[in-house]
Amino acid sequence: MDVLAILFTTALWAAAIRIASPLIFATLGELLCERAGVINLGIEGIMTVGAFAGWITVYAGFGLWAGVVVAALAGAVFGLLHAVLVVPLGLSQHVTGIGITLLASSLAYYFYRLALPEVTTPPKIEPFQPWAIPGLSDLPFVGEALFRQTPLTYLAFIMVVLVAWLLARTPLGLAIKAVGENPAAAEAQGINVVAVRMGAVVAGSALMGMGGAFLTLSAFNSFFFDMINGRGWISVALVVFGSWRPGKALIGALLFGLFDAYQLRLQQWAGAVVPYQLFLMLPYVLSIIALILVSRRAAYPRALMVPYRKGER
Amino acid sequence: MRLEPRAERSLLLTLGFPLLALMAAGLFAAVLVMLAGANPFTVFALILKGSLGSRFALMETLTRATPLIFTGLAAAVAFRAKLWNIGGEAQFYAGAVMTVVFGTGLLPLPAPLLIPVLMFAAMLGGAAILYAPAFLKTRFGVDEVVTTLLFNFIFLLFVSLLLEGPLKDPMGLGWPQSKKVIADAQLPRLMKGLRLHWGFVLALTAAFVVWFIDRRTVLGYEMRAVGHNAKAAHFAGIPVARVIAKTALISGGLAALGGFSEVAGLKGNLTLDLSPGFGYTGIVVAMLALLNPLGVIAAAVFVAAVFVGADAMSRSAGVPSYIAHVMVAASLLTMVTAVMFTRHRLRWR
Amino acid sequence: MTASTTAQPESVLRLSRITKRFGALIANDAISLDVKEGEIVGLLGENGAGKTTLMSILFGHYLADEGEITVRGEALPPGSPHAAIAAGIGMVHQHFTLADNLPVLDNIILGAEPLWQLTSARGAARARVHRLAQDFGLEVDPDAVVAGLTVGERQRVEILKALYREARILILDEPTAVLTPQESASLFATLKRFVAHGLSVIFISHKLSEILAACERVYVLRSGTLVAERAVAGTSRAELAELMVGRPLPQPKVEPRAAGEVVLELHDISANRGAHWLRNVGLELRAGEILGVAGVSGNGQTLLADVISGTLLPATGTVVVAGAAIAQPTPRRMVTMGVGRIPEDRHSEGLIGDMSITENVMAETYDAPPFSRRGLIDWRAARAAAEQAVAAYQVKCQGLDGPVRLLSGGNMQKLILGRVMARSPRVVLANQPTRGLDVGAVAYVHEQLLAARARGAGILLISEDLEEMLSLADRIAVIHRGHLSAPLARAGLSIGELGLMMAGHGSGGDVHAA
Repeated sequence: MDVLAILFTTALWAAAIRIASPLIFATLGELLCERAGVINLGIEGIMTVGAFAGWITVYAGFGLWAGVVVAALAGAVFGLLHAVLVVPLGLSQHVTGIGITLLASSLAYYFYRLALPEVTTPPKIEPFQPWAIPGLSDLPFVGEALFRQTPLTYLAFIMVVLVAWLLARTPLGLAIKAVGENPAAAEAQGINVVAVRMGAVVAGSALMGMGGAFLTLSAFNSFFFDMINGRGWISVALVVFGSWRPGKALIGALLFGLFDAYQLRLQQWAGAVVPYQLFLMLPYVLSIIALILVSRRAAYPRALMVPYRKGER
Repeated sequence: MRLEPRAERSLLLTLGFPLLALMAAGLFAAVLVMLAGANPFTVFALILKGSLGSRFALMETLTRATPLIFTGLAAAVAFRAKLWNIGGEAQFYAGAVMTVVFGTGLLPLPAPLLIPVLMFAAMLGGAAILYAPAFLKTRFGVDEVVTTLLFNFIFLLFVSLLLEGPLKDPMGLGWPQSKKVIADAQLPRLMKGLRLHWGFVLALTAAFVVWFIDRRTVLGYEMRAVGHNAKAAHFAGIPVARVIAKTALISGGLAALGGFSEVAGLKGNLTLDLSPGFGYTGIVVAMLALLNPLGVIAAAVFVAAVFVGADAMSRSAGVPSYIAHVMVAASLLTMVTAVMFTRHRLRWR
Repeated sequence: MTASTTAQPESVLRLSRITKRFGALIANDAISLDVKEGEIVGLLGENGAGKTTLMSILFGHYLADEGEITVRGEALPPGSPHAAIAAGIGMVHQHFTLADNLPVLDNIILGAEPLWQLTSARGAARARVHRLAQDFGLEVDPDAVVAGLTVGERQRVEILKALYREARILILDEPTAVLTPQESASLFATLKRFVAHGLSVIFISHKLSEILAACERVYVLRSGTLVAERAVAGTSRAELAELMVGRPLPQPKVEPRAAGEVVLELHDISANRGAHWLRNVGLELRAGEILGVAGVSGNGQTLLADVISGTLLPATGTVVVAGAAIAQPTPRRMVTMGVGRIPEDRHSEGLIGDMSITENVMAETYDAPPFSRRGLIDWRAARAAAEQAVAAYQVKCQGLDGPVRLLSGGNMQKLILGRVMARSPRVVLANQPTRGLDVGAVAYVHEQLLAARARGAGILLISEDLEEMLSLADRIAVIHRGHLSAPLARAGLSIGELGLMMAGHGSGGDVHAA
C-alpha cells in the first residue's frame, strides 16, 4: 500500500482514537493535578494499578463497568496517598511521585502473582465491544472512525468536556486554578488550599486509574507486566504540550494516537528494511520533541511543585 | 493541624525517625504477607537468613548491592544539585553497551590497560546519555524528569536493536544477547568460588570519591549551592548551567560504571534483562541514604538484602518475591516522611 | 444575635489579650485593642514589632496561643480566614495576594460563591464589581489579567476583593509602601469615604506622617507589646516616634564630600524580562557619592539592578566600570571589577538559606585563593573569613556552621554587608537595602553605606523609601516605566516633587528650577 494512502483509511483514524483514549484519561488526570499545583509522577504506577484492578474485578466475575469503577477507586486511593504526602506534609513531589509509581506497580504485580501464582499465559476476559452510535456511525468516513468505538472511548471524550467545563465555568474550577497559581491568594479568600489540592489530586488519579483500565478492559483483554509502558510519562509530556488546557491536551493526545497508529502501519510496510525498534522509539522521541517545542513559551501554573504550608515563616 | 519547623534537631530524632520509617515499611509488608496466608515472622526470618544468614548469602547480597551502589550514587549526586535524574536505567545500560562494544575483542589490550579504558568508555556513554536532558533543561527549560524517564524507554529499545543487530552474538542460538567480553576485560572475583568481584571494591571507592568531591572540592561546593538555591548561586557568580552539566556528567558516569561492573564483573555479556530496574532502585537507595554518598553503601546493602532474601524466601514460603519491591518502595515513602518529621513537628492547634 | 452586642454598641471588633509565640520569640504579648464603627484606627510600630502577626491572627492565617477575638460581640472562630471573611473582616495584604495569571474578576469572585455549583454567576458579579468601583472611586478593568496591572491598580483590586465580600472592617497592611505620595493621598481619601459609609478601617504602618494624616486613633506596638493608645488629635509626631522606637530616632549624619572620578557608567542600556522593560538608560556614578534611584516598584528598578549585578544581559548599550567597558556582564565579572552588590531579596538571591554562614561568606569568591587552591576548598581560610565578617559586622548567630536561614533579617543583611564590604568595592549597588529591617538594623546599614561613601566608593542606592532617599542621597534620579530621569541634586527637592516625577509628571529640569 502507498505510504500516503494509509492516511486516508478509516482504519487508521479509528486506531488513532483507540490509541489516544487511555492517554486522554491519563492526561486529563495529570492536568487536573498540575492545575492545582501538584505534579503527579505516580501516574505510571497508578495506571498500572487501574489496569490491574479493573481487570481482576472483571476476571472475578463482576461487570465491565464495575471494573471501571474499581479501577477509578484504586487510582483514587493512591492519589490520596500522594496527596497526603505532598500537600499537607509538603514532601518533594518528584520523589514522592516516583515512590508512588514504584509502590503502586509492585503492589499490582504482587497481587497479580498472589491471585494467579502459576499461570504463564495471562487469562483473558471478555472486553468492551464497539458501540455503533445509531445514525452517526453510518456517516461516511467519520462514522467508521469516530462512532464505532467502545464505550470507554466515548467516556474519555465526555471527560474532556466535563473537565473543560469544570475549569472554565465553575467556582470549584476557579478555586483549583487559584491554588495552582497562588495558594496564598486562595487562602486569603477563604479557600481551603489543602482540601482543594488534595481533592484535585484524588480526582485526577481516579482518571489515571480509568486510563489504565482502558488498556485491560477495552484495548486488550488481559493484564500483563509492564503493560503501561511509559504511557504515564507520555501523558505528563502531553499536559505540557497542551498548555494545561483540556482541549489542547485532547488535540495532543489525538495527534499522538494518529502518529502512533501511522507508525504501526509504516512498520508493517518498511519492517523488512528498518528495525522495528526505531518505530517503537518514535512515540517517546516525539514526546521529547513536543516538550522542547513548547517549553520556551510554557505557562506553568505558577505554584506547580511549590508546597504550601499555612502560616510558615 | 499544621507543621512547624523544629528549632533544633536532636541526634535521637535524626536516627530514630528513619528507623521508625523502616519499621513502618516492614509492618506494611507484614500485612501483605498475612494476606498471602503466610506468617510474617517466618517470612522475615527467611528473608534475613537468605540475605545475611550464611557466608554465601552475604556474598550474594554484596554482589547484588554493587550495581545499586553505583546507581544510588548517581541519583544522590544528581539530586543534591536538584537535577532530577530518573534515567539511571538508561545510563546503566549505556555503560554496559560501551563495555561490550570495546570489551569483546575490538581492543586487544592487556587487562591493566583495557579495564581503565573500558571504565572510561562506559562513563563517557552514561555521561552522554544524561548530558542531553541536562542541556535541554538549562538551555530550553525542559523538565528533566520527563525527558530522563522517556530516555529510559528509548535507550532500552536501542539496546534491543543492538542485540538483534550489530552486537548480536552469532553463537547465541538466536537469543538477543551479546558476545562475552574477553578475559582481559573481566573484573576478577574477590575470592575463588564466590560471585563477589572487584566491582564491589570499585563501588566503595566511587562512594569515597564522591564523598570527597562533595566535602572538599570547589565542584562539590558549587553543586550544593546550586541544589539549595540556584537563583542565589547564580547571583553569587556560580556558573549554574555549567555546574548542572558537570553534575550530569558525573551522575551519568556513575550509573554507567554500574553497567560496566555488572557486565565485566558478573554477567560477562549484555542481555536485555541485565538490569532488573537498578536505575529506579538507585533512586530509593539514594533517598534512604539521605543523599549521603557513604550512606549509599549501607542503603544499597540493605536494599540488596531485601531483594536477595525475598528471592530465597519466595522459593520456600510461597509469598511472591514482589514483596521485596513493595518493601523497598514503601520504605522510600516512609523514609522521606520521616526525614520531614525530623525537621518539622506537627502541632494540633 | 446575642445580648452581649448591647454592652458596647459602637465597638465592632475587640481583640483580648492575644499572645503568639514563634519558638522563643514572643511576637505578640497579651495585646488588646478595640475598633469602633466608622473610624480609622492606626496600628503603628516598626518592622518586627508584631503588627503583621497580630493582623494575621485576626484574619485566621495564624493561630494565637492565647486570647480571643470578638466581632460585634460574637466570638470569632480562630484559624479560619473563611470565618473572618464571613464576619465581615477584609484584609489588604502588604504583599498582594493575587493570582497573576487570572483576570481581575476571577480574583475578586474567588471564594465568594459556594464551590459546588455548575456555573459561576459572572454577569451579576461583573455588575456588582462595577458598582462598587464607582461608589468608592476604585476604577479597574475586570477582564484585565492581573499580571498586566500597575501596583496601584493591584491595590485597588485587593480592596475591591474585600468590599465584594461585604467587608465592614477593612485591614490595610502597609498599604502605602508601594505608592507614590500622591497615590497615597488618594488612598486616604478613599478610606475617608469608607468610614463615611459606616465601615471601620485598621491602618497598619510604620510611617508616622501617614498615621497622623489618616487616622483618628492610634495603637503603638513595640517588640510584641502594646505600649500606648492615643487620640491622634492629642499627640505629636515626636511622642509617637519615641513610643514606637523607645528611644530617639537615629538620624544618619551625611558629611559633605566632593565627588571624585566616574566609577560606573551606563550608556544607552535597554533590557527586558518578559513584559518589563528598561529603555535607553544612561547614568554616571562618581566616587564618594550616593546616587539615589527613586520610583514606584515595578518601574524597572529590578532590571536596572540586575544589569549592574551581571544577572541580566542588556539587549543594547554598554556598562563601564572604572573606565573599562564590560562586554558581557556576568556576576563573576562584576564582582572582580569591584562592584559590591546588595540584592533586593536577601532570602532568594542574597543568601543560600540552607548553607552555613561560612559557605555564604565565601560565595562570591569561593574559587580563588584564599578560599580554594587547585579545586580544593580551604575550609580553614573560609572559616577565618566568616569569623571576621561576623565579628566586624556584628552578626548575631549561634555559630558559623548553622544554616543562614535561622538568622533574623537584620543579621542576614549584616552578613551580606560583611561579604560585600570585605573587598572594599569601588561601586556599591544597594537595592532596597533596608526593606523589612527594624530601626536599629536600618541605622546600621545607613552607617555602612555612608562609611563606604567616605572611603571613596560610589554608591547606587535604589529605594522606594523616599525619606531614606532624601536623607542619604547626594543626587536623585527617578525611574518611571523603564526610563531613568537625569539626576537632580538632593538639596531643594521635596517629597512632593519626587512623587510627581515618580508618577511620570514633569521633567526633572522644571522641578529643579522651581
